Amino acid sequence: MTIELPCVVNRESIVLNVHPMARLLDVLREQLHLTGTKEGCGEGECGACSVFINGKIVNSCLVPVAQVEGAEIKTIEGIATDNQLHAVQQAFIDCGGAQCGICTPGMVLAAVDLLERNPNPTDAEIRTGLAGNLCRCTGYIKIFESVVRACQER
Amino acid sequence: MRAYIPSYQLVTPPSLGEALDVLAADGGVWRPFAGGTDLMVLLEAGKLPHKNYLNIWNLKELRGIEVTAQHVTLGALTTYTEVQQEKVLQEEFPMLCQAASETGGLAIQNRGTLGGNIVNASPAADSPPALLTYDAELELISLGGARWVAYHGFHTGYKQMIIRPDELLTRIRLPRSADKLQHYYRKVGTRKAQAISKVCFAGTAQVRDGKIEDLRIALGSIAPVPLRCVKTEDALRGSELNQPAIAQARAVLANEIVPIDDIRSTSNYRHQVSLNLLEDFLRQLSA
Repeated sequence: MTIELPCVVNRESIVLNVHPMARLLDVLREQLHLTGTKEGCGEGECGACSVFINGKIVNSCLVPVAQVEGAEIKTIEGIATDNQLHAVQQAFIDCGGAQCGICTPGMVLAAVDLLERNPNPTDAEIRTGLAGNLCRCTGYIKIFESVVRACQER
Repeated sequence: MRAYIPSYQLVTPPSLGEALDVLAADGGVWRPFAGGTDLMVLLEAGKLPHKNYLNIWNLKELRGIEVTAQHVTLGALTTYTEVQQEKVLQEEFPMLCQAASETGGLAIQNRGTLGGNIVNASPAADSPPALLTYDAELELISLGGARWVAYHGFHTGYKQMIIRPDELLTRIRLPRSADKLQHYYRKVGTRKAQAISKVCFAGTAQVRDGKIEDLRIALGSIAPVPLRCVKTEDALRGSELNQPAIAQARAVLANEIVPIDDIRSTSNYRHQVSLNLLEDFLRQLSA
């Protein structure tokens, strides 16, 4: 049983044809081919599947798609505007904030979320802002430095 | 093994009334589905046996925080993020805000709900010890009407509750206290963020002239249910705040709890840590 479900993804209005219990993560990757959103743990521990729903960061592996009816979703593909990277994305490049890359989209979204709520975070606030995201390459220092750089560049 | 998604149903009622209609028509067939932070984990692991869910996430009737002179009343769908942002809760019920801030990461806190934390009924949940010490009450609604029940006693056994299959938890009410309470909340886990508790301790006390006039103590991750430690409270109520009283309280708590053994910790460890947290709580009280 599928339903028709209107929503907005990366500023584009669309109507999905989906099973209501399908994970938002799978719909984004398999139907919309937005494969920037990664699956890490599939249980809300690692943050690799982070997306924004109505401006709030969530784990898309834990959201049944029925709950985004009428909502505005933003994925890593919607963070840059007009081929202009977001300051956080540029800082990750400049500081070597990515190793294998699986955690990177989620890390970037967590950093964007943090800077939107708190443009001048303390070191401790940066660590709390990234606490829901795991990097299995353990490249945390460069990720942390990338966020510090992004704060300075803004 | 991953779940076969088409074997599940998730229907979205447009209003609370229609949600209650569905629950009443087929008692036990449909179960509420809120922020999904527990149920979706089971789904992905292929361990979600129940198949039919009622999506209550969009029900406005279950949202919002209301403050009156007597109570702070939270909609069951209040998220952990919303709990932390509410000024009255920060000032008068700080342990609830702390529990919310230590549950999962931000992405979980944006989706996990207070009502979901209660009816998911995990003994390791972090808000129940705070809710128990604050004498929370729950509003349960069915087509037959609404009833308020004390949260203390709501859980009757592991994942067992007094809520009926046709009832929905709609609101959580915290009585405001005119007395000056001291609050102590401590979660012990393997990691500061994202960890599930090995032991979670919540305590409130009113102390005057070196004497404990009243107190509440609750523990998470210790028993099959979130546990209010009534015997230890009784032993301390009215007593002087001194070393012999602390030693006696440790002895009473040692007999009151029979900690669980599970994947996260052992009974022995939990026993020792519970007693130490009790002592830390009492030592940090200012006379």
